[in-house]
Amino acid sequence: MLAVSVLLVTGSTLAGCSGETSWKTEVLTSMSVKINTVLPNNRLVHHNTKLRTERVSLYYGTFRALKDISLDIPEHAITAIIGPSGCGKSSFLRLFNRMNDLITRARVEGCVELDGVHIYEKSTDVVELRKRVGMVFQKPNPFPMSVFDNVSFGPRQHGRKSRGELGDIVEKSLKLAALWDEVKEKLDQSALALSGGQQQRLCIARVLAVEPEVILMDEPCSALDPVATLKIEDLMTNLAANYTIVIVTHNMQQAARVSDMAACFLMDPDRSGVLVEYGPTSQIFTNPKDKRTEDYITGRFG
Amino acid sequence: MSVNNTRMVSFDGTTPKARRLNARQTQAIAKATIWAAAVLVILILFAIIFYILSKGIPELDWEFVSEIPSDMGRSGGILSPIIGTLAVTAVAIVIAAPLGVGTAFYLTEYTYEGGITRIIRFGAESLAGIPSIVYGLFGFIFFVIYLKLGWSIVSGGLTLAVMILPTIIRTSEEAIRTVPQIYREVSLSLGGTRWQTITRAVVPSALPGIATGVILGIGRCVAETAAVILTAGSALRIPTSIFAPTRTMAVHFYILAREGISMERAYGTAALLIILILLINIVANILVNRFVARGR
Ligand SMILES: Nc1ncnc2c1ncn2[C@@H]1O[C@H](COP(=O)(O)OP(=O)(O)O)[C@@H](O)[C@H]1O
Ligand SMILES: [Mg+2]
Repeated sequence: MLAVSVLLVTGSTLAGCSGETSWKTEVLTSMSVKINTVLPNNRLVHHNTKLRTERVSLYYGTFRALKDISLDIPEHAITAIIGPSGCGKSSFLRLFNRMNDLITRARVEGCVELDGVHIYEKSTDVVELRKRVGMVFQKPNPFPMSVFDNVSFGPRQHGRKSRGELGDIVEKSLKLAALWDEVKEKLDQSALALSGGQQQRLCIARVLAVEPEVILMDEPCSALDPVATLKIEDLMTNLAANYTIVIVTHNMQQAARVSDMAACFLMDPDRSGVLVEYGPTSQIFTNPKDKRTEDYITGRFG
Repeated sequence: MSVNNTRMVSFDGTTPKARRLNARQTQAIAKATIWAAAVLVILILFAIIFYILSKGIPELDWEFVSEIPSDMGRSGGILSPIIGTLAVTAVAIVIAAPLGVGTAFYLTEYTYEGGITRIIRFGAESLAGIPSIVYGLFGFIFFVIYLKLGWSIVSGGLTLAVMILPTIIRTSEEAIRTVPQIYREVSLSLGGTRWQTITRAVVPSALPGIATGVILGIGRCVAETAAVILTAGSALRIPTSIFAPTRTMAVHFYILAREGISMERAYGTAALLIILILLINIVANILVNRFVARGR
């Protein structure tokens, strides 16, 4: 089933960070591949790298919230970020759509790449970047507008489109988010009238409407009940075939259920977040190499 | 009520414990007090409005709103003061609303807290506390004399604009600040520019508050006498351009009452002033609700 052919691509032609020759691999299958191999330096083989960080540190003022994180995130797969509260998971996630830019005192060191291109370059178009890298937040947060206006919010920002075009986008996005059947009768009603789980799927539809390549999710189910949570998980699994998903979660079962890859973050004694272990989810959960990962997963701290 | 009652003894020697109210009694008394205050305020307000309307409404007829005053206002109508009020207020709002709302957005969305914001805010707050006669004097010296605009609708409007600017800035700023930060984050995360984020995510939520500020400003313009009398004059002709002098309803009312020309006409003017302010409020509310409802 896995017809994996390895292609050799030399050099990073665009402004990557390392400059050295990098290995890239391509997977020629129609389905999402659930097997990734990770080198000791957290570099991937056997899969395209969509997002990549290289010795990234994030500072809030003088406080170093993330310390030297190097990580390859595979394309068309779900990567889970796990770790105790305050270890910098959200901060890490927000690196990829540069949401930390909104915080005056935040400063990034090191390299963050999307498709091999450094995204903290002066020349980076942040608006364009955010169209490619969407984000679903912790609490469902629809705008106080109709369902239709919520989903079409992004496309409306990106140029004038006719109501018909917008209608198509809205329908397609809601279908992708597995919400269409529940809301097709109430597109003109307030999004705030939907249930929490529906609101969160609406927020996912709102992101999908922008047609991103990457979807970042920051504990998207932490405010939802178990049934709604399972629906979102199903949805994520379906989306993974076409999108690169990075999800922060507190829920170990959730990480185990949905993710292909898992990265475990912990706090150093100086409260900086560090990456302790990264690898295929099955390995992280059944056979962690690092004692601290095992302790965290089995609930001994955090 | 966070007194440590084991140590405290009140003047008559009883321990406070015996006299202390329990939480429910405190709650009941607090509630009654608040209710009484609210009812009192509303009663006073309605008493004033009722008194003026009952005296003024009998004066109102078609002639009153369609004719210009004659015999200093003893007879005829108040058409020219009505026009004067609308014109001066319109000039003031057209200038102050965009400037004030723009400043508020600049302060909240485009700068980080720092020296400049503090200076602007301090300036606005100081201006808010200045009596209107001082604005009148400033307007008279600066607009009327120095800029040679004379007693005119522009001079009056500009003076009122300066006067209501702080109110509009402060209320708009507050309205913008209460818009949840997450709306901005979501809009930006969907690839919105800063400007799109402001116009599409922030403005709709802040609009009712901003409108409230502008309406407060309109109210102050309509009601102002001291600043207008010094800058727009008190001419009774119908103004033919914005450089013509005029008289607003509030000024007309003041002159009628002050110079004992006609108390009846003064009450009529006051009644119409109240009705005008109510109307402006209602219309503005409808407009805002319609705008907000478009999204909901
Ligand atoms: N805006 C901010 N300013 C200053 N410190 C922050 C800010 N956001 C987060 N932090 C700090 O950075 C650390 C990591 O936070 P966060 O990324 O939210 O962790 P997590 O999502 O893993 O709980 C915490 O110590 C937190 O206090
Ligand atoms: Mg977090």
